Amino acid sequence: MHRTKVRVATDVLDANATIARANRADFDRAGVRVVNLMSAPGAGKTALLERVLIDGLPGVRAGVLEGDVQGSFDADRISALHVPVTQLNTDPGFGGECHLDANMVRSALGAMALDEIDLLVIENVGNLVCPAEFRVGEDARAMISSVTEGEDKPLKYPLMFRTCELVVINKIDLLPHLDFSLERFLANLEQVNPGVEHMLVSARTGEGVAAFAGWLSALARSEPQPA
Amino acid sequence: MHELALSRAILDAAVSHAEGRRVTRVEVTIGALRQVVPDSLAFYFEIVSHGTICEGALLAPRLVPARLRCACGAEWQLSEISFRCPRCAGADVTVLDGEELRVESIEVEEAECIAPR
Repeated sequence: MHRTKVRVATDVLDANATIARANRADFDRAGVRVVNLMSAPGAGKTALLERVLIDGLPGVRAGVLEGDVQGSFDADRISALHVPVTQLNTDPGFGGECHLDANMVRSALGAMALDEIDLLVIENVGNLVCPAEFRVGEDARAMISSVTEGEDKPLKYPLMFRTCELVVINKIDLLPHLDFSLERFLANLEQVNPGVEHMLVSARTGEGVAAFAGWLSALARSEPQPA
Repeated sequence: MHELALSRAILDAAVSHAEGRRVTRVEVTIGALRQVVPDSLAFYFEIVSHGTICEGALLAPRLVPARLRCACGAEWQLSEISFRCPRCAGADVTVLDGEELRVESIEVEEAECIAPR
C-alpha cells in the first residue's frame, strides 16, 4: 500500500454555486427577480414583509419562500395576506440546517408558480453566519439588523454584512429606550462594507417601510444582471 | 457554526475525487475573511466522515491572511476589520487574498500493483 496525492482544486461551495446558477436561470426565464432576505432570529424579517405586503407593492406581484428549521408560523402569517407563499423546512430530510442552500431552494421550485409573480422574497433561516455562505440563485441580498441586537454586529459578523447590497435597520421605534448608538452602528457598518445602502425602519409603526417597499419594487422592475 | 455545513461540502469534494480509494489527508485553503474556525472544521469533519472512505483522514488547513488593494495603488494586509484604504480612506477596495475556501488536494491509499498469479 502506498499513498498518492490527488489534485482537487475545487471551491468548497462549487456544488452549491452550480445549483444556484441553475435556480437563477429558471428565475430569469420566468422573469422573476429574487431577493435573499437574511437576519438574526427575531430581527423582524416576517414583520417587515407583512408590513410591506399589507401596504402593497404597486404593480408588483410578489411571492414569498419561507425558510425555517421547523413549522409554518411565518408562512401562515404571509398566507393570511393572500400572497403566494411556499414553506421550506430544513429539518425533515435536511438534518435541521441553519440556512437555506441552493439545493433546498431548487427542491421548492416545483411548488412555486413562478409565472404568476415578478418578485420572489426568500426569507432565509434566522442566522447571521451560515446563510451568508450559500448563494441560492438570488439577484440581490438584503439583511435586517435590529437595534436591539447592538452596535457591534457588523464587526462580529463581517461576512454577512459584507455580502449584502442593502442593510435595513429595524425597530427604530425602540431607540429612545435603548443605549444603542445609531452613529456607532453606522460607523461599524461603514468599516465593514463602505458605502453600502442602508435604511431606517420600524415594522411596528411603519416608519421608513415605504423606502424598503420602493427598493423591492425597483428590484422587481430591474433587468437581470449577469450572475 | 457554518463549519458543519462546510465540512460536509469538503467531504463531498474529497469523496468524489477519491474514486473509492481510502483518503488519509485532505488539504484545504481557508481565507481569513471566511470566518471559518479551523479546529471546529476539523472537529465536524471527523464526525461527518465517519463511515466513509474519509474516516480517520487528517484535515490539513492552510490559512491565508486577507490582503487588500485600493484603487489608489495601496496594498495592505488586513489586521483589524476595516475595508477602507488606510492611505486615502477610499472604499474602492479589492480583496486580493482571504476569500479562499478550497479543497486543494487529497492523499489516497493506492493498492500495490497486482501481483501476477
